[in-house]
Amino acid sequence: MKRAKIGPWIALFLGTLYFIVPLIATFEFSLRMRRGEYSFDAYAVVLADARFQATFGYSTALAFATIVVGVLLVVPTAYWVNLRLPKLRPVIEFITLLPLVIPAIVLVFGYLRIYNSESWLPMTSSERLTDLLLTFGYVTLALPYMYRAVDNGLRAIDVRTLTEAAQSLGAGWPTILFRVILPNVRVAVLSGAFLTFAIVIGEFTLAALLDRPAFGPYLQLIGANRAYEPSALAIIAFGVTWACMGLINVVGRASHGQTPKAP
Amino acid sequence: MAFLEIEHLRKSFGTLNVVEDFDLAVARGEFISFLGPSGCGKTTTLRMVAGFETPSAGAIRIDGKDVTEAKPNQRNVGMVFQSYALFPNMTIADNVGFGLRVAGRPAAEIKSRVEEMLALIKLPQLGGRYPYQLSGGQQQRVALARALAVKPKLLLLDEPLSALDAKIRVSLRQEIRQIQRELGITAIYVTHDQEEALSISDRIVVMSQGRMEQVGTPFEIYNYPRTRFVASFVGTLNVLKAQVVDVSGKLTVDGQPVATAAHLDGTRPGEIRSVALRPEAVSLADADGESNRLHGTVEEVSFLGSVVRIRVRFGENAVSLDTFNKPSVPPPDRGTKVTVSFARDALLLLDGDAT
Ligand SMILES: Nc1ncnc2c1ncn2[C@@H]1O[C@H](COP(=O)(O)OP(=O)(O)O)[C@@H](O)[C@H]1O
Ligand SMILES: [Mg+2]
Repeated sequence: MKRAKIGPWIALFLGTLYFIVPLIATFEFSLRMRRGEYSFDAYAVVLADARFQATFGYSTALAFATIVVGVLLVVPTAYWVNLRLPKLRPVIEFITLLPLVIPAIVLVFGYLRIYNSESWLPMTSSERLTDLLLTFGYVTLALPYMYRAVDNGLRAIDVRTLTEAAQSLGAGWPTILFRVILPNVRVAVLSGAFLTFAIVIGEFTLAALLDRPAFGPYLQLIGANRAYEPSALAIIAFGVTWACMGLINVVGRASHGQTPKAP
Repeated sequence: MAFLEIEHLRKSFGTLNVVEDFDLAVARGEFISFLGPSGCGKTTTLRMVAGFETPSAGAIRIDGKDVTEAKPNQRNVGMVFQSYALFPNMTIADNVGFGLRVAGRPAAEIKSRVEEMLALIKLPQLGGRYPYQLSGGQQQRVALARALAVKPKLLLLDEPLSALDAKIRVSLRQEIRQIQRELGITAIYVTHDQEEALSISDRIVVMSQGRMEQVGTPFEIYNYPRTRFVASFVGTLNVLKAQVVDVSGKLTVDGQPVATAAHLDGTRPGEIRSVALRPEAVSLADADGESNRLHGTVEEVSFLGSVVRIRVRFGENAVSLDTFNKPSVPPPDRGTKVTVSFARDALLLLDGDAT
């Protein structure tokens, strides 16, 4: 029986190596900017770069906009599908998966075709409108993740019975959505938001082709022209990701929103 | 005028008729059970009363007010679900107070009402806990308190005990009944468990395939089932095929003559009809001349403790009968030839022919 127990540990060890080794190597490399000794010079250079601050700020702002639009779009939709249209679930799931199948480059060419400055809805004619278009594009790209996260959260609670219990106690739709449903899927919504954030921060294609000053194109620019800074940037990106994860865990533990439903 | 009136209620989903012509008048303070097998339309009927389903036809009036088209949140009808359906994000006290908060009651009133309700369900200590920290039985009591806190006109319970252990089921059903009596609230209780329905109801509605089979007190339903379905669903009833000999009450069962006290009006000699016999009405002893006698063979003997259930076959038909266990008298062996007897009025004629 010993072998059966060793197997999973070996798998875990190999998996860990697979993820950890490149990370350590990247980190080690990012410290080598100064000849002959380790230093954080690369980080200092990156963080002091005005373009870093500008692009990171821009992408963060867009990520928040994307999350807001995404949540407002996905939560009521997923709730309604769970409550009233369970037969439509496969269809909706298929639709939300389409962005994974259709490459971002196809999406953006479609956008440019429909919304170019000569079209009936010239969304690329001003920077603000292009930002809006980019946000909608990001919502689309993040849809598979956001929808899945929220749908999982809704499935973990008995949406229909909870809704009916609230209704029989006199509650109307706003009360049901904001006091009963949303608090119980808060963690799911947050993890969807986190995934959205990660996608938006790293996204390159849409931003580059719509010519907006986002973090993705900046990463690409630095990566193509510098030696040590890209590694530092990669480590910073990891740090941001982990911080998000930690926050989600803290929020998740503080709330009682994800308790299992009654048998 | 009845407190709750359900008139000619129908419901179909597409071409499927789930509830057909449901007609019931419930008095104020009455405890009614809907009893029937799974899929017979109990829940659908209850959900129409609650407002979660729109009837295809018919009317529902609560306390004289037509609520057929009213939204569920405007009916003031309390509902208890099989799955408890407590709000996982709220404490027990917040769950119980939810309806009052929605109604915009002042905080002090909510607090005292919540305490009163928690005392009623005998869980005064648990207000600060969360639902997942409670046992199933406790959660269902909280769900009951939550439904009752807003003083609903009607309490609806859909198989509230089905998810619980047998022991808790029995004690909690008595508790539900006692609280219902104490508050004098009108209640409809859905169950597929005949023992549950018989033990706590004022009246029972037996349902089958969307139809009401019989409405009556537990005593009536158990002792005088009107249809073959009620007879077989409520209690363990022997249903036999008997051939009418004479409309005065003479029949034969597998060729042996029997008599019934029931009228055979509307039957014709030679017709095959269903008749019913309770196991406890049949005895193994040979009895006096007035009683019916049937000769048969012991087919099976089940020892149930204080009671021994014996099945005797006559031919096409067989009856189960109950005898008390006597340590001095071992039960008969299988294959033994025996005579069973039962009173004339124990033999019930069921509606409809036997085919
Ligand atoms: N929303 C629905 N759509 C289609 N059929 C339904 C729906 N709800 C219930 N039914 C059908 O109606 C019948 C009665 O269901 P239900 O009232 O839940 O029975 P019970 O509670 O007695 O077990 C079942 O055959 C069920 O499949
Ligand atoms: Mg049911």
